[in-house]
Amino acid sequence: MERTISFTLNGKPTQVSVDDERMLLWVLRGELGLEGTKFGCGEGLCGSCTVIVDKTAVRSCVTPVKDAAGRQVITIEGLSQSGKLSPLQESFVKHNAFQCGYCTPGMVVNAHALLLQKPHASREEIIKAMDDNLCRCGAQTRILDAIEEVAKGGAR
Amino acid sequence: MSAHDPKIAADPSRRDFLATAGAGLFVFVSAKSLRAQQEPGQLPGRAAGYATDLNAYLKVGADGRVAGFAGKVELGQGATTSLAQLIAEELDVALDSVDMTLGDTDLCPWDIGTFGSLNIWQFGPVLRKAAAEARAALLQMAAERLQSPVERLRVKDGVVTDSADAARRVTYAQLVEGRRIERRLEGVAIKYPKDFSVMGQSPRRKDAVDKVSGKARYAGDITLPGMLRARILRPPARGAKLRSVDTSAAEKMPGVRVVHEGDFVAVLHEQRDLADRALEAIKSQFDPAPAGPDDVTIFDHIQKNGPKPQTVAQSGNLAEGEKLAAKLLENTYLNSYVAHAPMETHSATVSIENGKITAWVGTQAPFMVKPALAQALGVPQASVRVIAGFVGGGFGGKTSAQQATEAARLAKITGRPVQVVWSRAEEFFFDSYRPAAVVKIRSGLTAAGRIAFWEFNVVGAGDRNADHFYDIPHNLTTSAGGWQGGNPPGMHPFDVGAWRAPSVNTNTFARESHIDALAAQAGLDPVQFRLNHLKDKRMIGVLQAATEKFGWKPAKGPSGRGFGVSCGMYSGTYAALCAEVAVNKTTGHVQVKRVVIAQDQGVTVNPEGSRLQMEGCVTMGLGQALTEELRFANGAVRNGDFGEYQLPRFSWVPKIETVLIDNAELAPQGCGEPPMINVGAAIANAIFDAARVRMLQLPMTPARILAALKKA
Ligand code: FES
Ligand code: FES
Repeated sequence: MERTISFTLNGKPTQVSVDDERMLLWVLRGELGLEGTKFGCGEGLCGSCTVIVDKTAVRSCVTPVKDAAGRQVITIEGLSQSGKLSPLQESFVKHNAFQCGYCTPGMVVNAHALLLQKPHASREEIIKAMDDNLCRCGAQTRILDAIEEVAKGGAR
Repeated sequence: MSAHDPKIAADPSRRDFLATAGAGLFVFVSAKSLRAQQEPGQLPGRAAGYATDLNAYLKVGADGRVAGFAGKVELGQGATTSLAQLIAEELDVALDSVDMTLGDTDLCPWDIGTFGSLNIWQFGPVLRKAAAEARAALLQMAAERLQSPVERLRVKDGVVTDSADAARRVTYAQLVEGRRIERRLEGVAIKYPKDFSVMGQSPRRKDAVDKVSGKARYAGDITLPGMLRARILRPPARGAKLRSVDTSAAEKMPGVRVVHEGDFVAVLHEQRDLADRALEAIKSQFDPAPAGPDDVTIFDHIQKNGPKPQTVAQSGNLAEGEKLAAKLLENTYLNSYVAHAPMETHSATVSIENGKITAWVGTQAPFMVKPALAQALGVPQASVRVIAGFVGGGFGGKTSAQQATEAARLAKITGRPVQVVWSRAEEFFFDSYRPAAVVKIRSGLTAAGRIAFWEFNVVGAGDRNADHFYDIPHNLTTSAGGWQGGNPPGMHPFDVGAWRAPSVNTNTFARESHIDALAAQAGLDPVQFRLNHLKDKRMIGVLQAATEKFGWKPAKGPSGRGFGVSCGMYSGTYAALCAEVAVNKTTGHVQVKRVVIAQDQGVTVNPEGSRLQMEGCVTMGLGQALTEELRFANGAVRNGDFGEYQLPRFSWVPKIETVLIDNAELAPQGCGEPPMINVGAAIANAIFDAARVRMLQLPMTPARILAALKKA
């Protein structure tokens, strides 16, 4: 059904008039111009498209936009404030936790959500939370190190 | 890198770009010095007074910044950073002052493509010479300006100082200000490793901030005004012919445009997901594909349909060797088709404006895509510009770019910019897989535990590093068909191609598994057995380095410890790998607990970058070793999604330790692929050591392990 959906996107009140069954991924990318959230499979199986809805990581490729109505949505673009990287992003840079970078927005956002819920997540908890996010380049070891360092420091 | 910015689409071609690039020192590199990289047939920059053999270049600008241009592509291997390091080193400027532009066919010199770990190995020396040439020219200019003899001049961070009189100093920027100086590459010397200050370091990657903040733009992220996103109707199986199609429902959908030319049916919409819906609304019927092999019968199929075997290496006489042998050992090793499965599917965005075609393409080889697009549209190559900005992984699977041709064709038909981003199913379906392969090895041991003869026949994988490096008196190595093409039609039911360390990952799996089996037959520790047969110092060096770091204590296999070892070489680099695994005998599940990898790759340009590549390769290698195989029948892919086709996950990743052997005597060699080659055999050997079963087929899935345990 075509209707106007309102939600908070990266801290800003946002409205879009779209078919409310459309998936959040395509609304973010195609209607709102936020291309940082990536398409990897469209089936909820890779995590490239991960965004945060009310503190929970969701796969935006299988989340209808109507599910975001009235909620707080955070995408990769919302993690760095006025050009300043978040501590988690800084840690990804420091640990070289990426290669091609295509999975990276999904990884960072998924880990951000984890740390929102469990600021001091253990390595085991991190592995469990990240296990459905795929990285073909094999940056996993570095991604774990990057998240763990922030979890140990407690900052995000 | 500005090359990712859509707004420069209308920029002039490379030639014009050079003409308008302002003041500065320009170093051109002749195509000849690009040797293996040489462009066949035609060279850019024929007009406007630029000689035809001037191909590559580097610019020292009046603003003090240095621009380096390379036709290479940033696939995640860190080329943007490591190539900049080479320039900064030879030019004696700060790394931060170097801006690299990669993979843009209008702005960059021709390049064969980014694969085979060639970046540093082959292109590196050319770029270093260009930078050294620039430095020599600038020193000459400085000597004139400062009235100081050139020998007295020192350079740091782009500032030239007279060592006898520190007051006499001038910056590179001041030297070139207001002037345009052109130089060709002369026989200048490059630095010795002992003098390196930037090479050999691990600086922050230049692409880091863009990548962690979601700013990095891939080909499917380019949005142009009026752009349509396309989906294309695909057959359910290779070779299935379209019988009938009804697009009427799709045509009625608002904003949808349908293109139907023969078998080519596409739907376009400004929004990707609405194009998806339109595709779903198409009713189509395909004739069944011709019957073909499946993932079980494929091994017989390729042996029957392969070309005649070619001799790769031969020495001694097999019949003599057999006489020396007290025990024989013959095994057949199998490898399945494996997908590249980059996280970014094949993507392209194409605009046609006033006859100029600009294509943003996720490709490893923009200069191969350029003529393909020109041909597809029937236009001269000069009117095609291909930009390979950030590419979301390639691994050998993004050399040809069918998606770019599709987008270009649709852009021409619709008169609008068109984007094609393959679905995951399309990515699996159209991939050029690592070929399925069969390796038969026949061998014998003398009573003294030495290998008497070795006969190695590979079908399907290719001949790269099929030959061994052990001291064996009687040998024959043959190869039939391979990833490079030239296979008889029908041998492979799909496209095959390079997959990280092509041929070599298959050949090394077979060879090193078999060496291990021979060691067990001889009742010897597998490391000692290898050392007994090794003469090559570099191979001995990496093997010892890996086993030392791993803490390998000699024991004959199977020892029950779950330790495995493998060694090999690829593109000039030597590598050895030790693995420790645990095998769950009830479920057949293998957990790799620890991996140590040692590598001798000559001089290391960026140690951290090399380690990343090594860790990445090992992690990626776990998939082809344990789970990844294409399941198919009659040309249809049965497991073309991430639910069925399992890629390595966080929970699989072992502790990975890397040892880089410092080899200052050898120029930098490739490092992006060699770590892959040993993963299969080291894990297979570790499984044997843990569970007493010799796994002869990759991937070593739980089902195959259970079956082997049952048989044992
Ligand atoms: S694109 Fe959403 S999970 Fe893969
Ligand atoms: S960095 Fe390439 S897929 Fe993760």
